[in-house]
This record gives sequence, structure tokens and C-alpha cells, in this order.
Amino acid sequence: MAVPIDIDTLRDKLGIGDDKVYGAMGEFAEPEDLVKAGRKIREMGYTRIDAMSPFPVHGIDDAIGVPASKLGWIVIFFSLTGTAAALLLQWYAGAGPLNTFLLKFGLSGYPLTIGGKPFFDLSYSIPVDFELTILFTAFATFIGMFAINGLPRLYHPSMNYRNAHRATDDRFLLVIEADDPNFSPAKAADDLRSVGARDVEVVEG
Amino acid sequence: MSAIVQQDPALLETNPPLVLGNPSYHDLSERISTIIEPEIGQTPMKYWITLGVTASITGLLGAMLTYLAVTGIGVWGNNRPVGWAWDITNFVFWIGIGHAGTLISAILFLFRQKWRTSINRSAEAMTLFAVMCAGIFPLFHTGRPWRAYWLFPVPNTDHNVWQNFRSPLVWDVFAVSTYFTVSLLFWFTGLVPDLATLRDRAVTKIRQWVFGFFSLGWRGSARHWRNYEAAYLILAGISTPLVLSVHSVVSFDFATSVIPGWHTTIFPPYFVAGAIFSGFACVMTLLLIARWTLNLQDLITMKHLENMNKIILVTGSIVGYAYCTEFFIAWYSGNIYERFTFLNRAFGPYWWAAWSMYTCNVFIPQLYWFKKLRTNLWVMFIISITTNIGMWFERFVIIATSLTRDFLPSSWWFFHPTWVDMCTFLGTIGLFLTLFLVFARFLPLIAISEVKGVRATEKHVFPAEAGEMVA
Repeated sequence: MAVPIDIDTLRDKLGIGDDKVYGAMGEFAEPEDLVKAGRKIREMGYTRIDAMSPFPVHGIDDAIGVPASKLGWIVIFFSLTGTAAALLLQWYAGAGPLNTFLLKFGLSGYPLTIGGKPFFDLSYSIPVDFELTILFTAFATFIGMFAINGLPRLYHPSMNYRNAHRATDDRFLLVIEADDPNFSPAKAADDLRSVGARDVEVVEG
Repeated sequence: MSAIVQQDPALLETNPPLVLGNPSYHDLSERISTIIEPEIGQTPMKYWITLGVTASITGLLGAMLTYLAVTGIGVWGNNRPVGWAWDITNFVFWIGIGHAGTLISAILFLFRQKWRTSINRSAEAMTLFAVMCAGIFPLFHTGRPWRAYWLFPVPNTDHNVWQNFRSPLVWDVFAVSTYFTVSLLFWFTGLVPDLATLRDRAVTKIRQWVFGFFSLGWRGSARHWRNYEAAYLILAGISTPLVLSVHSVVSFDFATSVIPGWHTTIFPPYFVAGAIFSGFACVMTLLLIARWTLNLQDLITMKHLENMNKIILVTGSIVGYAYCTEFFIAWYSGNIYERFTFLNRAFGPYWWAAWSMYTCNVFIPQLYWFKKLRTNLWVMFIISITTNIGMWFERFVIIATSLTRDFLPSSWWFFHPTWVDMCTFLGTIGLFLTLFLVFARFLPLIAISEVKGVRATEKHVFPAEAGEMVA
């Protein structure tokens, strides 16, 4: 079934368009200036502030109010899933006495008698339990981190800022986003200038 | 803090800056990116010559593996009782080398060792390439590499037998494949901000596309960095026990058997220490070459090299201590087979291999007690190579001396490698170097964003003059 795509709705949703404003942006040369300015901007009552920097800046989270990462909670869920999957796999593959039960579902383990060892035991399952826990944790961390960050993406309105390419080089950018309740383009730009930002621009979405 | 340095110049001696020459952030982007940014045609001739040589050796590996696959593993020198010979020696050797990469990227990260930043990227790449080389040996030792999926618990119709999860060989499959996957994810996560830097600097269409694709739209937002740092910490946190588990599981292949000389509980820690020892030596060899050919003296400083040499000294001494413990326990256990194995190791037919290993692993690294020697580039280059020779011999000695002389004298035999054995091992060295050369040409050898972070903190500790002075 084809879903009709309405370009205008889509643009609205993504916050893209000629009439849309992403926010006011300005740059700093040093991380310390960014943190100081960020804190002042936040004290002015803005809540939707972002910063962009070539490396993680110490103290910026506190200054502009970046919430703590929720990644750990997501990851622990998948870690335990990995442990459970490993236990289930090893129990199922060797579980002889349960075969008749499993066969009803078209599943068959294969109990191997080797050296009279038990078909399943927690002690010998530990290495595989551990490895699969780690494997699931790693994938959850990798995929989870990019997913929370909304990456990968091909376009972001901040790319319209004239010095956007320097945020991965040697400039520290401060943004007041347009969805901030206190945002008005001219005022936000002036506020950024007042805290020492250079090359201040109102950036289109 | 700069005042502290001015008051006490001795601090500069003990804690010199990790980034020399007082560069700006832009200088650092330039410094590292310009190594890989020239057009293909502008690559120096010496690069192509080196790559040609290593690629030819890799071709030799391909030829040897094809020959083995179509003929059978009889082309190797494996025999009865030496069913595990050079192939498992090489497997353990390469896996061990990989361990230093994870130690540098994960364990030193958890210990907040800032000197790891200039060397972690190349060490992690080295890990990946070493594990690739390692994987080749058990894969072809199966004799039927096209049946490799039988190693994994994949439901299939051509046999209905599941894996024997009581066997350490299956644990090894899980440990090594997890290790490779996690190392790759960790490496790529660290690479993303640098790929974004390269994307934003790119002038050609193809570089914009390639780096644009692989940098996943990274823009350095503070919200992103916060999640990124959480992710990096988790990955480092899980890689630390992982790296310890991988070589422990490799050592279980030996330790859970009943062969004299293998059946010991000391194996897991002893193997892990040896792995880190050999891996650091291999990182040292590669970094010294990179430092010389690419003039990276301001980023890979003497402080980095000296710290690595100290780790080589520590792990080499742990290995030496483990050798002594093995001898002591062989005597103290009162087990005649165990006693015989260790006397045979030192004075039997493989005495030359055993004494090469004691010399290279225990005695030579002790030279690093002297600061003059551990800060001498030639000394460290030579020791980095003798260490890896010694560690290769260690694995060979463990495998060959125990298998050729087990309980029954009627089953005693000897092992001779064939030319295929030798060319296959040489071939993996070629593959390793080829992959490393390609990496060094196309991806940033040093983590740009992390070095900038170090520079940001050092700016306050070392005033401009101090940076200049040391440079």
C-alpha cells in the first residue's frame, strides 16, 4: 500500500524549509570561552541550547544543561539478553532429556555423550555466556549510541552555518535553537554576541 | 598550573608534554590529515615499493592456502603426535599480538592514561589485522575451510550435530569472533569524529562521499558527545575483561587437556601477560617505523615510547616469573611426567628453541631497567623484534616439547616444518603489513579529536615557552 507523501508535512516534521529557522549560531576559539558563554546564555533563560566542538569539552554538559546519557539503561537490557541467549543456546544444544518435548515443536538438540560429562552444566557454559554477553553489549552500545543521537543522517540544518565545517576542526560553536520558548531571531543573535560569540548568524532550517 | 611548572622545572623531566611544538587545534588537524590527504598519484614511490613487496608476500599466502585447500593439511609438517604444530603456534602468536591494541585502547583509557591517545588508533588497527592473520590458521587447520560455518551454532541440514559446548575449542570460536567484532566496533566508534573532520576538509568529490558516508553525519554536538563518551566508556569497560578472557580461553585449549606441560592452572594469567608483552613489542616496531617515515616525533614522543618500554619490562618480568613458577611446580608437584617435560624443555631436543625464548623474553627486556637504554631508539627497535621472536618461540616450545614427548616413549616423535609451513607464516606477516600500510595511507593514524583533547588540558599546564623548549 502506497502512503502518499506530503512534502510540506514532511518538511514541517523535519523542521526544514525556506521559512524555517533552525536557530542562532556563533563561534568561539577556545573551549573555556564556550563553557563560560554557554552558562551565561542558560542564565538568560534559554533552555534549548546546543554546542558543537571538535572534541568533548569539559564542563559543557553542566553549563548548557545536557541531560545525562540514558545509554547505560538500554545497554544493560541487551547485555542480559546476551547472557540469556547463551544459556538457552547451550542448554538447548545439549539438552538430551528434553528432546521429546522440544521435538513436538520441530526442534531437536543433539545430546553428545563425551567423557560422561553432563549434557548441560552452568560451569562449562560460563565462557560462552561471558562472550555472548559482551557481544550483545557491544552491539547495543554501538547501535544504541548512534540511534539516540539520531545518526546516521545526511542533513542537519546546522550545516547551513558558515563555519559549520570548523566545528570538527578548531572552532567551538554555540546554538540557541528556534524551538526554545524564549527564541526570537534578532534577540537570540544579540544575546550570543553579548557573551562574546563571533560570526553570529541566524541559521535557516 | 603553569606556575607549578615554572616553580619546579623537574616536573618537565618526569611529566613532559605529550604533544610537542605548541600546536593549535587546527595545526593538529592539518598535521594528521595531511599525511593521508594527497592524491593517490602523489604517494611517495617508497610507499608503493614497500606495498608491492608486502602484497607479493600476501600473494604467496594466497598460493599456500590454495595449495593446502586442494591437497590437504599433509602439506604442513603436522604429524602424529604433533597434531598442533606451526599453525596453532602462529594462531596463538597473532592473537597475542592483538592484545596490546585492546590494552592500550581500553585498559589505559579506564586508568586515565593520557599518553595512550597518540598510539591507540594504530594499536587498535594492529589488533584487527593481527586477529585476521590469527583466524587463518585454525580455519585452514580444519582441512575443509568451506565447512567453517560448522564451528558456529547455525542450524543446518548437512549434519544434525550441534557443537560440543564442553570443549574449549568451541569457547575459542566464541571468544575470538567476539573479540574481533568488539574490537572493530570500538575502533570504528573512535574513528567517527575523525572521519567527520576529514569529511569537512575534503576537497575531492570521492573523499566527500566516502568520508561523508562513513562519518554518519557526525557534527560534534554536545548532546552527541555526552552519549558518545558514555558509549566509549562502556566499550572500554567491556573490552577490558574481554581481552583478559580471550587469551585465557586460548590457554584453556591447552590447560584443559591432560598433556604434561599443558595441564596447569597458571596458563591463563601467564598467557595474558605474554600476549600483552608481545603485542606491545609489535606496536613498538610499527610505531617506530611510522614515526621515522612520517616524522611524527612531536606526537609520538619519547615519553610515549618510554612508557611502552616500561610496560614491556613489566610484562616481560611477569612472563619470566611464570617460567620460574612452572619449573618450581614441576619439581614441587612430584609428578614425574611434569618434571621430565620441563627438564626436556630446557635440555631436550628443543633446547635451542627454549633458550631462545628465555633469552628474548626474560633476559633481554631487563635492559629496560636503564633509562639510557629504554630511551634509545635503536635499542627499542631491536628489543621490539627480539621480543616477538621470543614470544613466537614460547608458543612453539609449549606445543612442540609437550606433544613430541608425552607419557609413552613409543609415541615420541619429532616435528619438522615444511616449506609450506614457512611460506604460510611468512605470508601472514605480509598480509599484516599490507593491511597496516593501506590503513596508514587512507585513515588517520592518530586519533585527531583525542589528541586535541589532550592538547586542551596541556595548554594550561605547559606555557608556550615550555612546549617550545622541549620540542
